[in-house]
Amino acid sequence: MADQRTGSKTGNKALIGAGIATVAAGAAAAFLLSKRTGSAGAPIENISDAPDYVWRRGTKSYETNLLGNTVTVGRPREELFEEWRDFTRFPAFMENVEKVEKLDSKRSRWTIKGPLGSSIELVTRITSEEPGRSISWVSEPQSEIETEGRVEFIEAPPGRGTFVRLTQRYSPPGGRIGKGLAKLLQREPKIQARRDLRRFKQLMETGEVATNASPSGRKSETPTEARI
Amino acid sequence: MRALTWHGRHDVRVETVPDPEIVNPRDAIVRVTSTAICGSDLHLYDGYIPTLRAGDILGHEFMGEVVEVGARSSLKKGQRVVVPFTISCGDCFFCKKQQFSACDNSNPSETSDASRLLMGHTMGAAFGYAHLTGGYAGGQAEFVRVPYSDVGPIVVPDHLEDDKVLFLSDILPTGWMAAENAEIEEGDTVAVWGCGPVGLFAIQSAKIMGAYRVIAIDHYPHRLELARQMGAEILDYREVDVREALDEMTGGTGPDACIDCVGMESHGLTIDNIVDTVKAHTFLGTERPHALRQMILACRKGGRLSIPGVYGGFADKFPLGQLMEKGLSVKSGQTHVQKYTAKLLKMIEEGKIDTTFLISHHASLEEAPEMYRHWHDDQDQYTKIVLKTQFATPRKDEKELIHELA
Repeated sequence: MADQRTGSKTGNKALIGAGIATVAAGAAAAFLLSKRTGSAGAPIENISDAPDYVWRRGTKSYETNLLGNTVTVGRPREELFEEWRDFTRFPAFMENVEKVEKLDSKRSRWTIKGPLGSSIELVTRITSEEPGRSISWVSEPQSEIETEGRVEFIEAPPGRGTFVRLTQRYSPPGGRIGKGLAKLLQREPKIQARRDLRRFKQLMETGEVATNASPSGRKSETPTEARI
Repeated sequence: MRALTWHGRHDVRVETVPDPEIVNPRDAIVRVTSTAICGSDLHLYDGYIPTLRAGDILGHEFMGEVVEVGARSSLKKGQRVVVPFTISCGDCFFCKKQQFSACDNSNPSETSDASRLLMGHTMGAAFGYAHLTGGYAGGQAEFVRVPYSDVGPIVVPDHLEDDKVLFLSDILPTGWMAAENAEIEEGDTVAVWGCGPVGLFAIQSAKIMGAYRVIAIDHYPHRLELARQMGAEILDYREVDVREALDEMTGGTGPDACIDCVGMESHGLTIDNIVDTVKAHTFLGTERPHALRQMILACRKGGRLSIPGVYGGFADKFPLGQLMEKGLSVKSGQTHVQKYTAKLLKMIEEGKIDTTFLISHHASLEEAPEMYRHWHDDQDQYTKIVLKTQFATPRKDEKELIHELA
């Protein structure tokens, strides 16, 4: 009898313990949620010193379809600005950009590879430009996709070159499904932007875009093509 | 050309594949004369490294003759070069700091994404390793495309035969950096786990850097014999409890610095290692860090750990509290080969470092699959294998270098 009682007491203790843990977890979750939204239920002002595009979903500063990436390039910002300013050279480092033609001093026509072998055309117009610091552009109404972009050349800590930050606001063709498809096919703008910036960095620092093009035992490949 | 390709776990073949071509202006094509099989090739052979693809050409220790150069290469046709296994641009922040293996540009943007996902940042590239590190074809082949040929390859004088300089490509600088990372001070006792080629070079380097004592740990008698030849005291862990032995040999203090030349595939029938092996084979884990765990417990308080051994991902049952409470410092990383090649070449020329004592076997590239099997199965006798392509000029004294089996 005595043994049994001890046994059930231990069981009770375990249950109580589990109960306390559950309540604590619930309280913690509620506390965190209450922190996220103010007493009136509206998100409170954000305090982090982060770029516009890194906010979590649900925070006040979060913005749908705002994407950004930053890469450090070991060259002065003025030089990098000049290199970027000539949009016709984008195909050298932007994988999905087939061609950029200059229409006038502000406008250029882009031909971009879309999902499944399609191609997308858009015309962009430079909306603002600060020499050595930033360029902003927006797509003209006749474009097949709507996009808005900005590249900034920010001085990195002393001796570390320049932060090149590319921010894009866009509406993907085909909405959510289109975005999912694009991601699967690695044409998703966030992935694309990161890769393009890395290629820009490679080109600016080493004078060439790194490629692993080399032989393999796979019959489908040639030694001059890059492979994943 | 002929090349060794990987097709799966314990399946490598010598096949005819297309020749490499110059793709970028800084490229060069090297016609390989000698190429070695590395301990880290065994991790690929055993299928421990993710993102290797069937058909990939292996090999990252190679040398040969420059036969073609791109417009911006600084090399000249006909030069004899040893090629570092790390592919480094020489221009980025990391290369300028001489952290060559951390090169920010060599890993193509398509492949570096995966390494960013796994490691937090993009990794530098290497020859003949997984696609995480760039997916560049390797040097167990007759020809290799060498990117950034103006900063990587080191030109070697004709009077030094291949065997003397080949290991500048990886294991010699790796052993050297391992000892450098141990930050050896006067009177130090340095313990080295693993007497493979890197361990043997680490022992030799530690001695050159002034270690008072070096204690080497392994379970292959022949490898331990080579360690002793390099001036180390030796421990066969099948004969003694390593921690007890180290403690007693150092008056209860423990070694001042410990070097892990074992990496992710520790041997030994201990409970933690058996669990790790099961987990690795069921894809629940990537590491078998038994040696590293032991090292942390064995090292003296405030001591240094140097980890040249290769690890691939997440380890568990890691004695983190012990690391912290004992105040150990850790240095690790893939070797910054280009930082050391010139200095070590000079030491080879001056006869200050022995680079051939560990070579146990020579074979032709065609025999590579068989050599991989031996490298995996007969580790006691096969301490280093050098493969020769048809372009190697046999030296008359080469026969003498083939060690007699004990």
